[in-house]
Amino acid sequence: MTRSAGAPPDLRPDLALLCDWIRPGSRILDLGCGDGALLSYLAEHRQVSGYGLEVDEDKVARCIKAGANVIQADLDDGLRDFDSGSFDYVVMNLALQALQRPDDAVTEILRVGRVGIVTFPNFGHWRVRAALAAGRMPVTPSLPDRWYDSPNIHLCTVDDFEDLCRQRGWRIIARRLLDRSHHEGARIRLAPNLFCEIALYMLQSPEPSA
Amino acid sequence: MSTGFPADSVGLVQPRRIPIAQPLTLDCGRVLPQHELMVETYGTLNAAHSNAVLICHALSGDHHAAGFHDAQDRKPGWWDSCIGPGKPIDTNRFFVVSLNNLGGCQGSTGPSTVNPETGRPYGPDFPLLTVRDWVRSQALLADALGIGRWAAVVGGSLGGMQVMQWTIDQPERVAHALVIAAAPKLSAQNIAFNEIARQAILSDPDFHGGRFYDHGVVPTHGLKLARMLGHITYLSDEAMRAKFGRLQRVNQFSFNFDVEFEVESYLRYQGQSFVERFDANTYLLMTKALDYFDPAREHGDDLAAAFRRAQARFLVIAFSSDWRFSPQRSREIVRALVRAGRDVSYALIESTLGHDDFLMPIPQYQRVLRDYLDRVAREAGT
Repeated sequence: MTRSAGAPPDLRPDLALLCDWIRPGSRILDLGCGDGALLSYLAEHRQVSGYGLEVDEDKVARCIKAGANVIQADLDDGLRDFDSGSFDYVVMNLALQALQRPDDAVTEILRVGRVGIVTFPNFGHWRVRAALAAGRMPVTPSLPDRWYDSPNIHLCTVDDFEDLCRQRGWRIIARRLLDRSHHEGARIRLAPNLFCEIALYMLQSPEPSA
Repeated sequence: MSTGFPADSVGLVQPRRIPIAQPLTLDCGRVLPQHELMVETYGTLNAAHSNAVLICHALSGDHHAAGFHDAQDRKPGWWDSCIGPGKPIDTNRFFVVSLNNLGGCQGSTGPSTVNPETGRPYGPDFPLLTVRDWVRSQALLADALGIGRWAAVVGGSLGGMQVMQWTIDQPERVAHALVIAAAPKLSAQNIAFNEIARQAILSDPDFHGGRFYDHGVVPTHGLKLARMLGHITYLSDEAMRAKFGRLQRVNQFSFNFDVEFEVESYLRYQGQSFVERFDANTYLLMTKALDYFDPAREHGDDLAAAFRRAQARFLVIAFSSDWRFSPQRSREIVRALVRAGRDVSYALIESTLGHDDFLMPIPQYQRVLRDYLDRVAREAGT
């Protein structure tokens, strides 16, 4: 199990993994925060303060009900309301592939946050490749949407993402490559781009803010 | 037991006039030795005095926010959609206080009340006020009602500005601040509209330099024009199009200046009914208070610096079709609150009507208010 001993059973496992990376008492910005589960958990158990950004009005209402700080905003409008280096962490969980310009988004994340945490479904997974080889758009457990109703417009593989990191000079501080049960394993270590389903990256900008 | 009123109405309510005996030093430098405030309250103050909610009204609002004054009333108070048993501002849980602001014309001390020194209405002798002055006056009201700290201070438009000022000037007395359809200060365009409204009143021959009471007249034309102009800014282009379009009362041009288009008829009606209930000097005073509002000003034009004093948690709400105080203006408030490290949530409500949507029972709006205030109530122990 990759799940940390302290992670709560009621928190979604992907969020529990992110929690491990976030220092108690820090200040975070959660992009695409959904119902605010991560923020609420971190506020309650790790004295973490911060805000979530969410575009969906139903999720915004759920955040407010949960007592999380949520700001209704479209991630594609950028983070211009936020000062550079004003958060310890900027987190974006499984939203990168749904943005107009994921590269600009990561640049903004690393401007506003001293550390950026980005997760995405790996489009290099063998199930995806198998579907494409059969001439079909993939519908897999980690990519459940059909081609016509999918919010995902910029899917990438682990190798694609790491290429982009190299090109832009983003430093990979840590990464976790997991299957859909959020386990690491021998197969993933052997051929990450083929067996990883969910990728988690901790990044820093080329010039870290002091 | 009120009969004939809806079950979720506070029912029959009675305003009361509360004397404020303490002298009030105003931003303009003058001192009001005492004043009176017209107040309505709904619900019950709990033993801990922890469940009080203050409602701050907008430009033309007053103390009558919910319920009915008599059984024959056709319309309830101005925010009845939101205040009542089981409503978002739930009077089963909260003790809700709604007042007519100082300078108003619905019973609180203002330009149309008699100046005890002269025995005549104050008129132009009544001092111009600021939002800060209102907060000072409302804080004295809170003292009079035995309320040390508000569970929430809530207001839309100019009311939302009072909410912000409360959190800055009386930080320890506000637990939650609900800032709805507001702006951190007026834009030049906002001030321009206010100036035209004022000029309409000031140039009415019946205004008599504000002493029209002595002449037994009312500057009807000016006040009506001011209200007609204001109304345009309260509605979106889309709402006006949907409501009136280019509909004519008679399907022929009449080639004169009588009412032809439905929108003209509507504006004239709104203007006329306003004149019957509102005072021209109060209108002038309210628009000036709007123009002067700028809490960043005393903090080096840095709104975040102003909000660093605040201790409240904030809920900021804007409406997509509002162009008077557009969502962008609310985002300025949110940005400053984030920079100040304050707790804040921001909801943008899809709407069609425009600025006036803050008075409407829009489901998403009510849901957000209800869920937020549910937490406030639990925190207050009710």
